[in-house]
Amino acid sequence: MSVSRAATTDRQTTQGPSAAAARFWLLVPILLVALVAAIVAAVAVGAVPLPFEKVVRIIVNHLLPNLTTVDWTPTEDQIVWQFRLPRVLLAVIVGAALTVSGTALQAMVRNPLADPYIFGVSSGASVAAVAVITLGSAAVGGLSLSFAAFLGALASMVLVYVLAQQGGRAAPTRLVLAGVAIGYVLSAVTSYLVLRTATPGGGAAAVLTWLAGSLGGAKWEYLGVPSLAVTVSTVLLMLQARPLNALLAGEETAIGLGVNVERFRFQLFAVTSLMVGTVVAISGAIGFVGLMIPHIVRLLVGSDHRRVLPIGALLGGVYLVLVDLVGRTIIAPQELPVGIVTAAVGGPFFIWLMRQRRAGGGA
Amino acid sequence: MRLEIERVAVAISSRRIVEDVSLTVAPGEIVGLIGPNGSGKSTLLRALYRMLRPAAGIVRLGGDDVWQLSARDSARRTGVVVQEMPSDFEFTVAEVAQMGRTPHKGMLAQDTQADAQIVTAALRRVAMDGFAERQFSTLSGGEKQRVLVARALAQEPKFLVLDEPTNHLDIHYQLEILELVRSLGITTLVTLHDLSLAAAYCQRLYLLRAGQIVAAGTPEQVLTPELLREVFLVDAVVGRHPVTGALHLAFMPRQQHREQAE
Repeated sequence: MSVSRAATTDRQTTQGPSAAAARFWLLVPILLVALVAAIVAAVAVGAVPLPFEKVVRIIVNHLLPNLTTVDWTPTEDQIVWQFRLPRVLLAVIVGAALTVSGTALQAMVRNPLADPYIFGVSSGASVAAVAVITLGSAAVGGLSLSFAAFLGALASMVLVYVLAQQGGRAAPTRLVLAGVAIGYVLSAVTSYLVLRTATPGGGAAAVLTWLAGSLGGAKWEYLGVPSLAVTVSTVLLMLQARPLNALLAGEETAIGLGVNVERFRFQLFAVTSLMVGTVVAISGAIGFVGLMIPHIVRLLVGSDHRRVLPIGALLGGVYLVLVDLVGRTIIAPQELPVGIVTAAVGGPFFIWLMRQRRAGGGA
Repeated sequence: MRLEIERVAVAISSRRIVEDVSLTVAPGEIVGLIGPNGSGKSTLLRALYRMLRPAAGIVRLGGDDVWQLSARDSARRTGVVVQEMPSDFEFTVAEVAQMGRTPHKGMLAQDTQADAQIVTAALRRVAMDGFAERQFSTLSGGEKQRVLVARALAQEPKFLVLDEPTNHLDIHYQLEILELVRSLGITTLVTLHDLSLAAAYCQRLYLLRAGQIVAAGTPEQVLTPELLREVFLVDAVVGRHPVTGALHLAFMPRQQHREQAE
């Protein structure tokens, strides 16, 4: 680290809020405004462009009727309320869920490379979803695509957790290894299912879209359960911010600080499974968000989960709204699955960030 | 707070590492746990801070069975400094020290002015209060160790467990850490591999070999040439520190043992 940095940091004392805390209170309003702006922008942009002001009034009219005069066509109303807004809100929910669960799982296994799919959740969901797409719903007992994917996700997570158990505890390394192993096996099953039906019109494009992760299927009726699950899970994790900090510092440290580590790990597992399983079921496995955004947030406000979780939820939501907007418009009228865009945008950015950080010397 | 360990056995993967150990630490006393590598020192400590549940026996702190307390209640009594460093994730010095408040805070509790004062006082106690905003990972080994002691102090413990607190530290920091511990006046059980340091800073010592206590008493009673030869396989000259008068040891390889081995 550089001399000037040492000099500036040494001068600070514990009096007053820390620099990271100050940034937190600056970022909260900025991100709230950014979230609203991103939602409005994402709803306004599309094949039929709409003025921002009109978008706002259409949304407000649905929430608080009779506040403004209706000067838009029923088609415009439908575009905003039925087609675009559910998708944008789904992006907010999914982005927040992936970031929050990624953050918690990185602490749980104490590994910066952990992401929400570390327990094979995406491969489990994929097998089930691809089975529905290629074999038809009847082959999996008449389940809908989303519900089958949800069950597949939960099943693989439970399998990984059970396999990682040894002597009544699930050590982080074994959890990660079991997750990788199960992931490979299930990916092989998915590939087989795809190949089996790889005939013209055999649903290969649908499968690929699902595997890459897409928000295209959003409807109002799909939003209720995920938004509830994600809100409840996020609040539960925020209440556990201190134990999460302790666990991130180390298992012995956490025990020494009075955290019942075995029980806490299981709680984290249960909460994140619920959250990730629910969003994967609707949107597929959107990559990179849950790995990358937590790290970006830590660079902004430090590692304390009392700051990382709320900022992460907001930033993850904003990020996925914007990325989906890019995916919808960049090769219009065709649509790029959001998962492809997150990886294409996120990968290079992350590498840049990592190299910056190394050059900066630690922090 | 008095620590009483009664006939404790600790097993890892059904292998007994510690067998039938009894020891006590009186309130305010600093007691050292010494023994060769693999003798079970750290394993025994782990039974005190609830990392490993004893296979037999009982650990009492202030009269209560530590393993009957909740994890949180236990952490409010016992502060722990172990050889485990925050890894790839960056915390500031202040954040590391604040973690010490964890056992005192419920799910909804915010950090109060009192918490901030306790944390600041703990950092000042180890002379790290000027480093609060520094990233922990950028500190030297001695500074890190002092911050970890500050975290334990922020727990407001009645009992301190220190596992090799002087490991990997320059001699200056070794003395500094142990001077600090002595100045705290908290009941302390500490493992040390440097026997001269153990003699200088501990009021009593327990000598562990293969998971069992083979000697206990004052440094003068435990650090005898006979016991050192038998347990540590070295020949030692036990003398006095020329200035402080504390027990001082000089070692040489045990000739007889070498010849036997060859």
